[in-house]
Amino acid sequence: MRGNLAKAFELANTQVLRSSPLPKSYTDYLGRKLFLFLLTMQGLGAFALITLGVILTKNNVAKNVIHPRIRQEIVRSGVALLPMFGFVALALGFLVVGQAVSVLTKNGAANFLGSTMVIVVVRELGPLLAAMLVLTRVGTANVIELGTSRALGEVEALEALGIDPMHYLIAPRVIGMALGIFSLTVYLIIGALASGFLFAFLQGAPMRLGDYYRQIADALSWLDFALLALKTLAFGFTIAIVTCYHGLAQPLRLEEVSRVAVRAVSQGVIVCVLVDALFIVLYLFS
Amino acid sequence: MSDDTFNPNVIELRDVTVTSMRNAALVVAEEVNWSVLPGEFWVVGGQQYSGKSDLLMLAAGLMNPANGTCHVFGSATDSFGEAQLAERLRVGFVFQGGQLFNRLTVAENVALPLRYQKNLTAVESARTVEVLLEMLELKPFADLTPSNVAASWRVRAALARALVLKPELLLLDNPLTGLGARHGQWMLRFLEQLSHGHEWLGGRPLTLVASTDDFRPWQHAQRKFALLHEKKFIPLGSWTEIETTGHAAVRELMALAEETPN
Repeated sequence: MRGNLAKAFELANTQVLRSSPLPKSYTDYLGRKLFLFLLTMQGLGAFALITLGVILTKNNVAKNVIHPRIRQEIVRSGVALLPMFGFVALALGFLVVGQAVSVLTKNGAANFLGSTMVIVVVRELGPLLAAMLVLTRVGTANVIELGTSRALGEVEALEALGIDPMHYLIAPRVIGMALGIFSLTVYLIIGALASGFLFAFLQGAPMRLGDYYRQIADALSWLDFALLALKTLAFGFTIAIVTCYHGLAQPLRLEEVSRVAVRAVSQGVIVCVLVDALFIVLYLFS
Repeated sequence: MSDDTFNPNVIELRDVTVTSMRNAALVVAEEVNWSVLPGEFWVVGGQQYSGKSDLLMLAAGLMNPANGTCHVFGSATDSFGEAQLAERLRVGFVFQGGQLFNRLTVAENVALPLRYQKNLTAVESARTVEVLLEMLELKPFADLTPSNVAASWRVRAALARALVLKPELLLLDNPLTGLGARHGQWMLRFLEQLSHGHEWLGGRPLTLVASTDDFRPWQHAQRKFALLHEKKFIPLGSWTEIETTGHAAVRELMALAEETPN
């Protein structure tokens, strides 16, 4: 909680690199981008480690303040997004699952239905889509709220009151977003699979509901459940870290907040794809 | 580690270089030597952007000196960490403009430090907060968010938030800025009561440091004055002494004050 903790993550070099004029050669430009990427990763890594440390060591500190805040964040990153996720699950079912079911059964490849659905919906599309939606809906709000708080001096005010900003502002957001994305992904997958069958049924695909779900159940293994949980929690953690880092650590002036929000979303997408790639490797080697 | 027995000063700055909170490369004051004894009421004057806020934030342990040593209640502020939380909580700070948390109501703002530090529920902290809000005439605004409250009341709410943990040292950054005559008078009266021992603090005199860009409203025989000018911290003494000083910067500050009465 050492005074002005947020400043600890400020990387003056990134500010210098971003504000300096465009380099003359393309290789210099690429070099600058690489340095920026490495400096940002360094800052994000430090921020993630400190956040994890705070979550683990301050679990019992100010429970009557922090636990309600965690519940608020779960509502914000989970419950409040349920109607939108219901709509997306329907759309995903109609657009992707329904067509896949219909095409596979009509071409006599119905045996591959279960494994196709598990790979497309359970392993890839469901978690990634849920992460992207939460990133755009809640992640941007995180950057703007924290950036505004920082610009208005609320972070210094917390420190003056002996309140650790990482504990009060960041930890609830990280926990809430991780649990929110995990829950929403489960609902999204169930909704997409159900609406997919409905769409295929309406198209007249010759498949019974029992066969459809039996195939999917047969294609699922314990590893799918374990990795789905880990992956969605990892998505939630990384999105929260990226957005909170940019909101809390970077902007000092109000006019910078919107620009930083755009940067945070771009980096959030990149980090999510990297996390996804990591889990694909885990699937391939398991 | 606290060594109050050997060092009775509430604040002690020795050869301190103060840098700007927003720009660590910018030095706002050098070779600051300053001691504040328990129960004293200091007013630090200076032009806008002279570094008064940075000096106060340093004295509150919110930033480290670039050079020199800063001790608050005998503890070096550069070692203020989790272990020194108790020392930190002996210091209250009122920011210019209040810097209340915009998403919380006035009552929630005041309750937050109490609830966080003592792990209380909203119900458990309600009575204490109510007493404080009543004392500062803030009850009608209790359920409003800061953006729906006039600036004068926001400063009062910030004062209530700083007092809720009953500090022993209170630092106020330009507390009279933007206050109307009525609120200004109220603030000066209330600070005087705190200085002499308010019932909220169990009658214990509070050590106070306030910054200002206008000395005149702070006229009082028992207050001590200092000036921050051209990166120098100059202790001026009592009101009688600053009235008779030949220091150009002080006279300039007083002249400026006459042009724009608070």
